[in-house]
Amino acid sequence: MIDKRVASLAVAVAGVRDGDTVLVGGFGNSGVPVELVHAVLDLGVRDLTVVTNNAGSGETDIAALIRERRVRKIVCSYPRSSGSVWFEKLWRAGEIELELVPQGTLSERMRVAGAGLGGFFTPAGADSPLAEGKEVRVIDGRRHVFEEPLKADVALIKADRADRWGNLVYHSAARNFGPVMATAAALTVAQVRAFVELGELDPETVVTPGIFVDRVVVA
Amino acid sequence: MSELASEPSAQRLDKRQLAARVAQDIPDGSYVNLGIGLPTLVADVAPPDREIIYHSENGILGMGPAPEEGTGDPELINAGKQPVTLLPGGAYFHHTDAFVMMRGGHIDITVLGAFQVAANGDLANWATDDATLPPAVGGAMDLAVGARRVLVMTTHTTRDGRPKLLRSCTYPLTAAGVVDRIYTDLAVIDVTPDGFVVREVVPGLSRDELQARTGAPLRFATDT
Repeated sequence: MIDKRVASLAVAVAGVRDGDTVLVGGFGNSGVPVELVHAVLDLGVRDLTVVTNNAGSGETDIAALIRERRVRKIVCSYPRSSGSVWFEKLWRAGEIELELVPQGTLSERMRVAGAGLGGFFTPAGADSPLAEGKEVRVIDGRRHVFEEPLKADVALIKADRADRWGNLVYHSAARNFGPVMATAAALTVAQVRAFVELGELDPETVVTPGIFVDRVVVA
Repeated sequence: MSELASEPSAQRLDKRQLAARVAQDIPDGSYVNLGIGLPTLVADVAPPDREIIYHSENGILGMGPAPEEGTGDPELINAGKQPVTLLPGGAYFHHTDAFVMMRGGHIDITVLGAFQVAANGDLANWATDDATLPPAVGGAMDLAVGARRVLVMTTHTTRDGRPKLLRSCTYPLTAAGVVDRIYTDLAVIDVTPDGFVVREVVPGLSRDELQARTGAPLRFATDT
């Protein structure tokens, strides 16, 4: 029998190791799997590469991981939201590496990783310094830069409800990076508001099919 | 404001008037993405008789105004991370689809802020030469290359009076040759194969005065 439901946050993040690449869902404070990130913090793992749109704000979740020196490198599109004080502090001190990626490129790099593709050419950033050192090709008269897939060891995402097969539905704009991140990691963990019985989710509206999800936990 | 102190007669547009001027040019039925900052004002002043569908990069179409205090959904925010609402008919989707819409030419119009715009349509709106700030780009590059029409909304000059409209950008580019039209507090200017062409100037400002505040040659539409 398939049952992806786990009873605790500690079990949900078991197996995350030093040096892992971790995808963390969320856009600003919307859709951030706060409790899962704190469970990773409690594990004590370090040298993480964190892939997420913003670099955390205030003192919780991603900001807390950064503050506690658990993050070696952050891959994101916008690390300068109001309140990203810990990221800025460590970045100025040279204690954290930043790979800046245009937001659409960030999500598409995870999409191609999840889709088993070898990368893609995009016009986004092709005329900017972010294309330096990358292959550029003119396609249909326009410069495109080659971007590689972005695969991860772990994805931590937040959804609204899950069944025991790991099918997910989301809540409003909290969906953001969740569905694409779920496809791009070896281990995908979703925290949800509630579990539902198998068959309760309308199959026409399942957003992330359970094949992409390994563990679900209520938080 | 200081650089116009010597021309008290020039009727510089304030932010709201500038937003209203941009909104005038957004047709009924458009799919529109407004950049963070100044451009978000455009939705507040758009003519009420037009149905405009606002897109947000975090997966929203049919975005509505800010909720009444205390009634909002904390997960429902715009690109600037401010609370918003969803209009009847609106939809949620995930990030990759949001950027398919942006890069794939499905957004009719984007309105973006700018640090610099060049006479060939190059846009610089993500990084300056200030090395003390970490770089941050967000969705600006995807929007700039993908929206069918790229409108820039900006003050004509920097706070210390330097031109933002230039022969070529000195800051790192967001995208090359993408800007269609620029709306400033002083003028409406098209980017054409022959450079900047001024469509409108605020009352009380002469051509020479506008040219003096611009870092590239201006032509005037009324001359052509």
